[in-house]
Amino acid sequence: MGSLTKVCTLEGHEDQVWCVAWNPAGSLLASCGTDKTIRIWGREGDNWVCKSVLTDGHQRTIRNVAWSPCGNYLASASFDATVCIWSRKEGEFECIATLEGHENEVKAVSWATSGSLLATCSRDKSVWIWEVTEDEDFECASVMSAHSQDVKYCTWHPSREILASCSYDNTVKLFKEEIDDWTCFATLESHESTVWKVCFDAEGHRLASVSDDKTVKIWQEYMPGNQEGVPTVGKDGTWKCVCTLSGYHDRTIFDVDWSHLTGRLVTGGGDDCIRVFREEEGSDKNQPSYNLSASVRKAHSQDINCVAWNPKVENFLASCSDDGTVKLWNYNEQDI
Amino acid sequence: MSLDNANPILYERTKERDLRPEDEDDDVEDEFDDREVFDLIRCINDPEHPLSLEELNVVDCDNVHVDDAGNRVEILFTPTIPHCSMATLIGLSIRVKLLRALPPRFKVDVKISPGTHASEDAVNKQLADKERVAAALENSHLLDVVNQCLAARPSAG
Repeated sequence: MGSLTKVCTLEGHEDQVWCVAWNPAGSLLASCGTDKTIRIWGREGDNWVCKSVLTDGHQRTIRNVAWSPCGNYLASASFDATVCIWSRKEGEFECIATLEGHENEVKAVSWATSGSLLATCSRDKSVWIWEVTEDEDFECASVMSAHSQDVKYCTWHPSREILASCSYDNTVKLFKEEIDDWTCFATLESHESTVWKVCFDAEGHRLASVSDDKTVKIWQEYMPGNQEGVPTVGKDGTWKCVCTLSGYHDRTIFDVDWSHLTGRLVTGGGDDCIRVFREEEGSDKNQPSYNLSASVRKAHSQDINCVAWNPKVENFLASCSDDGTVKLWNYNEQDI
Repeated sequence: MSLDNANPILYERTKERDLRPEDEDDDVEDEFDDREVFDLIRCINDPEHPLSLEELNVVDCDNVHVDDAGNRVEILFTPTIPHCSMATLIGLSIRVKLLRALPPRFKVDVKISPGTHASEDAVNKQLADKERVAAALENSHLLDVVNQCLAARPSAG
């Protein structure tokens, strides 16, 4: 078994913290929450400190933040139905655009790897794609109403222009551009309650999803002509649930993050516990096994809302909670 | 506006809890029990009648389950009629009351008593979704309505 060691606790938010996000360089961590602020944390000597506090962007809870792939922009999604784009110049953040259009709470925002597309999703059941123009303008390219309920999260594929979203309607959906509009080309059904989060692995052939049904599911992409004989339609791959991790989580799982450096999965949720899972060596691609490698009970004193691996430093991760704190952790792996 | 249930059945209020000597003793660790949590919610007002949830038998002590050591509280509430449109609001009021009154270590689940409402699963799912509850409580109109349900009535004592 491995272990998780706490590096530090970052205090400053005045209420529940909903999201933490590392910049692509792994040097800054953004956090946001009910207190309507975004905090930017960075290293100073041996300590992590709050470098800036971004206020006045939103009128209500900030639910989610995401960095652009270049690291120069931060997008924030709020219950006030808007998304703010913050530009970072000489270390200072400035709100350069406010994206309006969603009818109510925006739940998440995600930048495509190219940096030229942005996706947002909302309680209004829709997913929006925005084009980022050269002069820092944002134009709505598509509004997709494939989900029948509140859309909780959306995230881009690591290399292709494919968007994944998950919803209160218990499904995960995949979108891509076809000729001149964006369409849903796959619906992943298996969860029995709200799907809170979905994420791709480094190569983008697998997805992990977590749910109010207390399970983690691993989905595998099968391309046309696959050896396994999984049926496909057109040029698109079929995504099939190849593994369900059940029995580990006691309450709703709110977040999962797949390390693109090590392939380890980390989860956090309503049972206040952080868990790290690793794929068993030599496990069958079509029926992979994942083992619990480390867990910390009472990692926070209340629900854990988000967990995020640092994109540059292996086995280093951040978590945040309803208890108002952000914590940084080292995961120490031992060979099983 | 017409009432959902114009003639609800009235139930008797439970007696106040008898004080025991250890209740007055600061050195005795006093764990939360079913009755104490029931006392927190029984005086919540019904959204459409000038009556408490206890008087309408929406809540009763037998449907309050407290596990102090495990930091869990489960409340089952019973809408007065199976099509009660106020069920979500009543559940939300119970949730907010306990959110404010109990220490944050408690995980609170508020659900409809099985088999007592036509949209039981949908209401339960909404009440369990803390993100939607948080967003609802940022809606000032809804918060006013909830606060009215939670306000103590002089007549209720």
